[in-house]
Amino acid sequence: MRLEPIAHPSLARQLGLPVAAIMATVVVAGGLAALAGANPFAVLGQIITGAVGSKFAALETLNRATPLIFTGLAVAVAFRAKLWNIGAEAQLYAGSIVAVLLGTGALGGPLVLPVSAVAAMLAGAALLLVPVVLKVRLGVDEVVTTLLVNFIMALFVSYLLEGPMKDPMGMGWPKSAALLKEARLPRIIDGLRLHWGFGLALIAALTVWLIQTRTTLGFEMRAVGQNIRAARFAGMPVNAVLVKTALLSGGLAALAGWSEVAGLKGHLSLDLSPGFGYTGIIVAMLALLHPLGVVVSALFVAGIFVGSDAMSRAAGVPTYIADMLLATALLFMVLAILLTRFRVVRG
Amino acid sequence: MTPTVQKAEVVLRLDGITKRFGGLVANDAICLTLHRGEVVALLGENGAGKTTLMNILFGHYVADAGTVWVRGAALPPGHPRAALRAGVGMVHQHFTLADNLTVLENIRLGTQPLLSLGGAAKARAKVDQLSRDFGLAVHPDARVGSLSVGERQRVEILKALYRDAQILILDEPTAVLTPQESDALFATLKQATARGLSVIFISHKLHEVMAAADRCVVLRHGRVVGEVATAATSRAELAALMMGEALAETQVAPGVAGAVRLALDAVSSPGLRGVSLHLRGGLITGLAGVSGNGQAALADLIGGAVLPTAGVIACDGAAVTQWSARAALAAGVGRIPEDRHKTGTVADFTLAENTALETYASRFARAGVMNWAAVRAHALSVIRDYDVRCEGPDQRIRLLSGGNMQKLILGRVMEEQPGILIANQPVRGLDVGAIAYVHSRLVAARDAGAAVLLISEDLDELERLSDVIHVISAGRLSRPFDRGALSRAEIGLLMAGQGFDHAA
Repeated sequence: MRLEPIAHPSLARQLGLPVAAIMATVVVAGGLAALAGANPFAVLGQIITGAVGSKFAALETLNRATPLIFTGLAVAVAFRAKLWNIGAEAQLYAGSIVAVLLGTGALGGPLVLPVSAVAAMLAGAALLLVPVVLKVRLGVDEVVTTLLVNFIMALFVSYLLEGPMKDPMGMGWPKSAALLKEARLPRIIDGLRLHWGFGLALIAALTVWLIQTRTTLGFEMRAVGQNIRAARFAGMPVNAVLVKTALLSGGLAALAGWSEVAGLKGHLSLDLSPGFGYTGIIVAMLALLHPLGVVVSALFVAGIFVGSDAMSRAAGVPTYIADMLLATALLFMVLAILLTRFRVVRG
Repeated sequence: MTPTVQKAEVVLRLDGITKRFGGLVANDAICLTLHRGEVVALLGENGAGKTTLMNILFGHYVADAGTVWVRGAALPPGHPRAALRAGVGMVHQHFTLADNLTVLENIRLGTQPLLSLGGAAKARAKVDQLSRDFGLAVHPDARVGSLSVGERQRVEILKALYRDAQILILDEPTAVLTPQESDALFATLKQATARGLSVIFISHKLHEVMAAADRCVVLRHGRVVGEVATAATSRAELAALMMGEALAETQVAPGVAGAVRLALDAVSSPGLRGVSLHLRGGLITGLAGVSGNGQAALADLIGGAVLPTAGVIACDGAAVTQWSARAALAAGVGRIPEDRHKTGTVADFTLAENTALETYASRFARAGVMNWAAVRAHALSVIRDYDVRCEGPDQRIRLLSGGNMQKLILGRVMEEQPGILIANQPVRGLDVGAIAYVHSRLVAARDAGAAVLLISEDLDELERLSDVIHVISAGRLSRPFDRGALSRAEIGLLMAGQGFDHAA
């Protein structure tokens, strides 16, 4: 068996295969539910109702999608330039630390939100800058360094919450003090549990898309990612492009943590992120690294998580089914993408 | 055709092979016979159907019609192993050897387990015998990674012979070889055919076909347009058959020397030792040499990819201080890279994006925002003016043939009206028509006043186009010679590193 490239995939192929991938995911999900002893159709129904079945559920899905849009964008931007940033989780926490540092009394007044957002982005960018400078100057593999920084950051946050940043009024729980009211992101509509972090995430997606398609920097990022030798030959400042990519990617990931603290939780705790940084990789891959696609895939992934939570409570099927669903969805989607571009030929 | 060849047994017969890809007829009722002990050249431009035909012979494709007969037995279509078992061996243009294994291990790989007891000794004896019989000298215990390209090719041939190949197919075997290695290969082929091996030799280099083949089958647009004994034909006739029209090999009129545009004064860099070079406007300066003697280093240096470690580069009389690819482009240096796939283009970018690779910032952007409409319009004019055969500016460049890709690069470079043009192997791998086109554009640039540096391993090409020729050897540059001032033998000595004056 061989793969033969398809010059012009038909529209049927381009649309049909992803739909087939989703169908296949649904079938696998049904099988898993049956294995867990539940009615597959009921489980699927409960996942869907749990994700979008009510106003409350839909808003919960949008809230859950917010950090995933940010981390998905961070990964998409970096991967597009073949900069393998696996450290979105650490950059997310860097942003959340800044939100707490500036939001619990260090700053006041109306400027606290924009200032702390910018500071959070700088912190995330700085965190990714170190591995990237090591890569550019010394050839150190950024997959290893960015991944390891995640563990350092997790321990650092744990130290902060047990030590200097521990809430004295927190009854001994490892969490930070609560943010001041003016440091909190307001809700988009009064009375509805959806904060402006979601709006900011949409704006971020649009901005990244504009950067990638309309600017010289975007052109350089794509060229560096597709063929670094040709980019260098053509006179592109390859190292500077990688550094700028890192700044953008780290900044976006940091906004995920910042908006979770400032918009949703109001304080920093160890369970702020259930792996949003890692799930961002899945979100970006499902979106084929397209910044607007990231919004769609983040909503899809968030829906599966929120829906599975609800289903789990109702049907008694473990929530791990959400992780398995995502993994199978990703596998089938990657296969579908491969088959859009290549045809399998016998012999 | 010599009488002995006519009498010899037919070992391979392709009978009416037809293969269509959609509307394109890649092979149209092709018939071809190969006799024992014969070398047949399969000649044709890129896209003439040579590769498709060989893929059918090897069972990689299934023909729509026609049969492959090997020594009287029809091969089942679509079974690559059947061809191998019938004694057909193929040496691809890109070798399929494992660098970290020895020659012997590579040869045995895939035929028998490497750890079998006693197998190694038997294999060694067989390989020794084969390399003696066929004059393929390679040390069986050498690591393939440490071998030269010519030696690796010998290993590939040995591998085929080890599997008892009676018919050997060589796909553009000289594309990666130095002239000396090519000559050695032809000597090997003579020896091999004397022992009864039959060879199909795929090429589009006419002089090699004339030197190595007994008979020549010419393909054009998927059809056999001629079959001639090489003894009874000429290069001009073969070229005419390939092109479908008589191709006049004219000498290019000399250029009119202008001012020195680029001067290197005792410049050293990784791969170059104290090189002094003057590129004058209105002249084509040829650079001759065996591949790997510093040509790439010189092109990189002038193109701004590397910095000199010593010496001075002067552009239009002024010494340059900050040298980089951007600085070179800004100084009017146009660069046609050696490898159009790896450095010249971004495969998944559109034609339009590829035309803007070098000038996107200087020409097509304001305040960091791209003007894609202007890029697209520019690409359209390049496609039109440089005869790039494609679907349009939004097509991905990876789908273009080598010749069309090169035309696009040529257009990208020429449209900037470079005062200095570095053309590194600009026609490598192109077919005859595209070669003529690229050459005419280089001459046009020269006549418009550009200083052209033409780097090539093809002396014919250099002598036809260059006004002045330098020879490069081991990173040193000879003094310049006017076209025709040196004989081939003298140039050959310089290429081998002899007769460099110490001043150079």
